[in-house]
Amino acid sequence: MEALGALLDGFAVALTLPNLGWALLGVTLGTVVGVLPGIGPALTVALLLPVTFRLDPVGSFIMFAGIYYGGMYGGSTTSILLNTPGESASIITSLEGNKMARRGRGGAALATAAIGSFVAGTLATAALTFVAPLMVDVALRFGPADYFALMVLAFTTVASLLGSSVLRGVTSLLLGLGLGLVGIDLQTGQARYTLGVPEMLDGVNVVIVAVGLFAVGEAFYVASRLRRGDQDVTPIRGGVWMSREDWRRSWRPWLRGSLLGFPLGALPAGGAEIPTFLSYALEKRLSKNRAEFGHGAIEGVAGPEAANNAAAAGVLVPLLTLGLPTSATAAIMLAAFQQFGLQPGPLLFQTSPDLVWGLIASLYIGNAMLLVLNLPLVGLWVRLLFIPRPLLYAGILVFAALGTYSLNNSVIDLITLFVIGFVGFLMRRYAFPVAPAVVGMILGPMAEQQFRRALSISQGDPSVFVREPISAAFLALAFLAIATPLLAPLFRRR
Amino acid sequence: MRFVSDRWLSRFLVVGFAVAGLGSAQTLESLRIMAPASPGGGWDSTSRLIQSTLQDTGIVPSVEVFNVSGAGGTIGLAQLASAERSQGDLLMTMGLVMTGAVLTNNAAVTLADTTPIASITAEYEVIVVPADSPFQTLDDLLAAFREDPGAVSWAGGSAGGTDHILVGLIAQAAGVDPAGINYIPFSGGGEALAAILGAQVSAGVAGYSEWAGSIESGELRALALSAPERVEGIDVPTLIEGGVDVELANWRGLVAPPDLDDAQRETLISVVDELHASPEWEAVLEENGWQDFYRSGDDFTAFLESEDARVGEILADIGLVGE
Repeated sequence: MEALGALLDGFAVALTLPNLGWALLGVTLGTVVGVLPGIGPALTVALLLPVTFRLDPVGSFIMFAGIYYGGMYGGSTTSILLNTPGESASIITSLEGNKMARRGRGGAALATAAIGSFVAGTLATAALTFVAPLMVDVALRFGPADYFALMVLAFTTVASLLGSSVLRGVTSLLLGLGLGLVGIDLQTGQARYTLGVPEMLDGVNVVIVAVGLFAVGEAFYVASRLRRGDQDVTPIRGGVWMSREDWRRSWRPWLRGSLLGFPLGALPAGGAEIPTFLSYALEKRLSKNRAEFGHGAIEGVAGPEAANNAAAAGVLVPLLTLGLPTSATAAIMLAAFQQFGLQPGPLLFQTSPDLVWGLIASLYIGNAMLLVLNLPLVGLWVRLLFIPRPLLYAGILVFAALGTYSLNNSVIDLITLFVIGFVGFLMRRYAFPVAPAVVGMILGPMAEQQFRRALSISQGDPSVFVREPISAAFLALAFLAIATPLLAPLFRRR
Repeated sequence: MRFVSDRWLSRFLVVGFAVAGLGSAQTLESLRIMAPASPGGGWDSTSRLIQSTLQDTGIVPSVEVFNVSGAGGTIGLAQLASAERSQGDLLMTMGLVMTGAVLTNNAAVTLADTTPIASITAEYEVIVVPADSPFQTLDDLLAAFREDPGAVSWAGGSAGGTDHILVGLIAQAAGVDPAGINYIPFSGGGEALAAILGAQVSAGVAGYSEWAGSIESGELRALALSAPERVEGIDVPTLIEGGVDVELANWRGLVAPPDLDDAQRETLISVVDELHASPEWEAVLEENGWQDFYRSGDDFTAFLESEDARVGEILADIGLVGE
């Protein structure tokens, strides 16, 4: 109840007119910028940081939180409509979402994403309010062995992304794993596969790969098909809005996505991608319409979008309670805290309750604002699909290049973008799925580092992976996830 | 009382010199500062604080900050040494980490290809254990470390960075082979902090301010600070007090492009001298918990050379850099 009183005080702070203004400015900027491929919420906050040097801390944090949530919303819009995710957490959304958009169901996909994000964001913010201290204790129990096992479990989701041909899917996965190896090895400081190019020492940026494979690859592919006249996109069919059937199929994935996203986002090395992978695999497994997956199943949009937004709130748990930034955006928010002379951590709740509870209250408000801002716009966004395709995809290429260049002001990044874009085009032309490549690139390096850390701490004893209960449980789940589809037919036949 | 008057006197002298300096060297109308890292990091925020202080005090009316990120700052270093050669209106923010990055990345351009201007801030490293760790003092930790170096795992930042260098120096001073340390690199202080709080590792190393919150709340026990003597406001004994003859400052400084003429170099040094003497800069240091670490001109050039040699030696002993 103490938390409730503090939260009400927080609302008193957040509901003042200037702070409402900052929240509105934040969510609007976040949505607008999130729509651009390659410019994610982290970069937006970083660019705006110097502007807020002279602002009061409460106002600027409320704005940052708005940008953070707004970026998440904006990213899903282009994933769904144009198959061009702007950041890695919305890649899964594009898988089913874009298929829906092509069949004239873009409005429903956008709506389920927006409402799912709202539901998950609200639930996760409520969880942040009341169980943050408990989550911290759980999160700290996770050691390198446990993270490795969690990533093994996440790898099992790749199976559900492989598409029709296992060989092509695995080839794509290996491409991603290989790209993930490029750069300085964190554990030893040695360079791997950099071809002597200093710019490659930091590795290939996963955002560039995602934008290259999806947005640039898609643009090249559309260009190559344009004169053959196979217009396979139906902008709108039936109502723009969600049908009763859509609601019925969406609400459970929303809740399950929230349940997956919040705790995994709160882990100090979790991030927002893994819960989206797991949610997709889970929905595919549980769905009664499994055959529809890969052709535009609404569950495949509702679940991952909810997981993505719940994870975004989860990330604030370690940030506010321990001072642990676990995503790029959180790291920049930490820098912002320090800029105002505040030290996030257990004492922050005592030293600056105004700021913490004002920030949490503004998350509720920002979420509601985003729903109000986004739902009426669904009809407008869908009209993007009526733009003649040469103009639309030329625009995407321009924005993809701008976004990539703004990451590091590096020409090498631009070259990488177009090389990877061309690879993406070839993959699409010859029916290789691109999602496993990105999944491999995200999970591969994380799994490798955690694996080696676990063995380094145990001084080479591999039994750590089964001795730790959390790790053993995840490995057992991963085994079940792989074994069940193989064994199930055997049982069914009897 | 004595302390106050000394401080007042020294400030008076510094301001006096700065004013005297104004007469001789030319002033700059505009200045560019390169932050060789992405927005949000330490070099970036240092650059932006220098920018706002220079503009607010009117030392330089117009200052622009730009980012050239990548490879521990060596991408920015390469650009400074080639494209910007002999440009007298440019400074690059850098620090101890860059001396290590040049070596571990085997970079083609080194800090010898720059014109050193000044070091300005420093932060000392702290060695911590979780609150419920059996190690109560630095001696306890070092006894276990000497007994079986591999059994003591140290969490810190990336391989070859300041944290790793400090563990190597401690091993050397404690009579342990630096090649045998069990150092677990994490990609940021946050991830390392989680591993220490969860007692996944034996000890952790980071800049003091990074973990100050957890130390003050008692979740972490600080065993030692890498400063030469006790630091005001930080209630942690130094390594030297604990019998380990090691000091290490994670300092930051400014360098200019190579091939400057003497007048250009003097102008840049006098700008930084003025910055350092301003009360506004003193406030910046205090707000950020940074120590004043001012060495300019030839002093800084000599310091840079000695740090470069020390870092090279310890990285070779750890086994990260070939001899």
